[in-house]
Amino acid sequence: MGHFAIVRRPFFWIIVAATALFALVPLWGNNVELRESLVLAAVYVTLASNLNLMIGYTGYVNFGNIVFFGLGGYFGVYFSNAFGWPLIPAALVGAAIVSGLAYLFGLGILRLRGAYFALATIGVNEAVRAFVQNFDPWGGASGLYIPISAFGQFGGPMQALWAIYFLLVLVMGLSLVLSYAIKSSKFGLGLLAIGQNEDAAAVLGVATPRYKAMAYSISAFLPAVAGALFFFKSAFIQPVDAFDLSLSVEVIVMLMLGGQGTVTGAAIGAFLYEELRGHLLTSATFSNFQLVIAGALLLLIVLFVPGGLMGWVHRRWPRTRTVLE
Amino acid sequence: MSALLEVRGLGLSFGGLRAVNELSFEVAEGQIMGLIGPNGAGKSTVFNLINGVYKPDEGHVLFKGVDITGLAPYRVVRHGIARTHQIVQPLATMTVLENCTVGACFGADNLPLGRAREAAREVLGFVGLEDRAGMPAGQLTIAGKKRLELARALCARPTLLLLDEVLAGLNPSEVARMIDVIKRIRARGVAILIIEHLMQAIMSLSDRVVVLSTGEKLAEGAPQEVANDPAVIAAYLGDPGLSGAEQAP
Repeated sequence: MGHFAIVRRPFFWIIVAATALFALVPLWGNNVELRESLVLAAVYVTLASNLNLMIGYTGYVNFGNIVFFGLGGYFGVYFSNAFGWPLIPAALVGAAIVSGLAYLFGLGILRLRGAYFALATIGVNEAVRAFVQNFDPWGGASGLYIPISAFGQFGGPMQALWAIYFLLVLVMGLSLVLSYAIKSSKFGLGLLAIGQNEDAAAVLGVATPRYKAMAYSISAFLPAVAGALFFFKSAFIQPVDAFDLSLSVEVIVMLMLGGQGTVTGAAIGAFLYEELRGHLLTSATFSNFQLVIAGALLLLIVLFVPGGLMGWVHRRWPRTRTVLE
Repeated sequence: MSALLEVRGLGLSFGGLRAVNELSFEVAEGQIMGLIGPNGAGKSTVFNLINGVYKPDEGHVLFKGVDITGLAPYRVVRHGIARTHQIVQPLATMTVLENCTVGACFGADNLPLGRAREAAREVLGFVGLEDRAGMPAGQLTIAGKKRLELARALCARPTLLLLDEVLAGLNPSEVARMIDVIKRIRARGVAILIIEHLMQAIMSLSDRVVVLSTGEKLAEGAPQEVANDPAVIAAYLGDPGLSGAEQAP
């Protein structure tokens, strides 16, 4: 792949600037409430961007994408608890394991296409959830707690919350850079070819089984890191939160809303969705109302603007294509 | 002349249907070999067996002396065999240039992205599509898509090109332009195995012709010989006057 030429492109610096802004804004007046909302936004942007590698580039709908986030969370929390590892190595080692597992799984289930693949990914998520629910070292259905002493590595709980926020924003920025780097690479061109017509891509020389499994595996890594950071921050992880299939579907909505296939679209879709969700969650009369809206939104997007926001922007102002990838 | 491609005793069945049976032939370096026969004779299946879309039940495919039988299509390209599809398969929302860049990136030379793009531009110029480079491939006309199929295959830098009815659906002036392109490809030293129903074209382009009927080789030889073979006339050409053999050089 070796594509470092992207640092010379304007879009790379747009990503860097947006990420830096994201990190700095809540520091203004020590705005903890804003920080907590941006934590979720950073997680969503991470999930949507990485899902975009599968849906937007490779053309495979991973309905069970949340399994990477949940497993990453479990590995991170477990390594921290059981071996007393600091958070960052715990998260990275956990994510490497999740990514490796995804590669092996990918070689198998990526033989399936269309709806069968989508169903298989739901199966993976549900199977992993069922496994964890019955896996005693990981606390079974009641989950794992992080002792407050674990926050000592950052100098205390208050500092830890800020440190983890910055780490999550970093993971978000890396997700965007990764999406962009892949899109501008030979590997990305192969994925896009698979997304358009897999049989034609194979005839043109794209090693389709390996490319698909690599995309699946890469799309697992940063969500797994985010899962470890997120659940460490919550100091608690249990199967129903870690492998929440409705969040999986919401991530698909974010991606479709912003525009699948585009780096900017995945980010904007996730950010807008988090904002929207925040407003809807405060409604006292209707719990989980965001899911109703999400369903309706998905339907409308698929029917009327399949390219999402960025698809519309690119059509309306074609020159934006080259700046906002 | 040494054989570039050797097909030995190839056989394939789909359920009870014998699609290809005991088929053997050779294509020499730099040669144009015509593959003709009635609809359903198994011509496209032979292409699919050579480039690995199907695995044969029996027989072998040797390319440059290497056994490539049953290799996946993406491995066959690396050996230097590229093909076009009878039913065009554009990567529809990608541009014409991107389509060709895919061909160059993952072809025999395994080029890095930047050099693949240069190679793709050169090939687009060669087939006369340079003015469409930025257009989404799905928006090309049928003639344009056929030419894109050819361009994409050429981008892989093949030593053997499999052309599956690249002239079908084109009007006479488009046919003439395409034949000119095919002749110029051969002039570059690329061997070609071509399936075509347009007899005038196949007779004037081919050095040799293999005639298939119900999956078996009915005849093989120079275009003139084959066109005058009574068995071929009965099975395929029907009226000798239709064959166009008289106009062949």
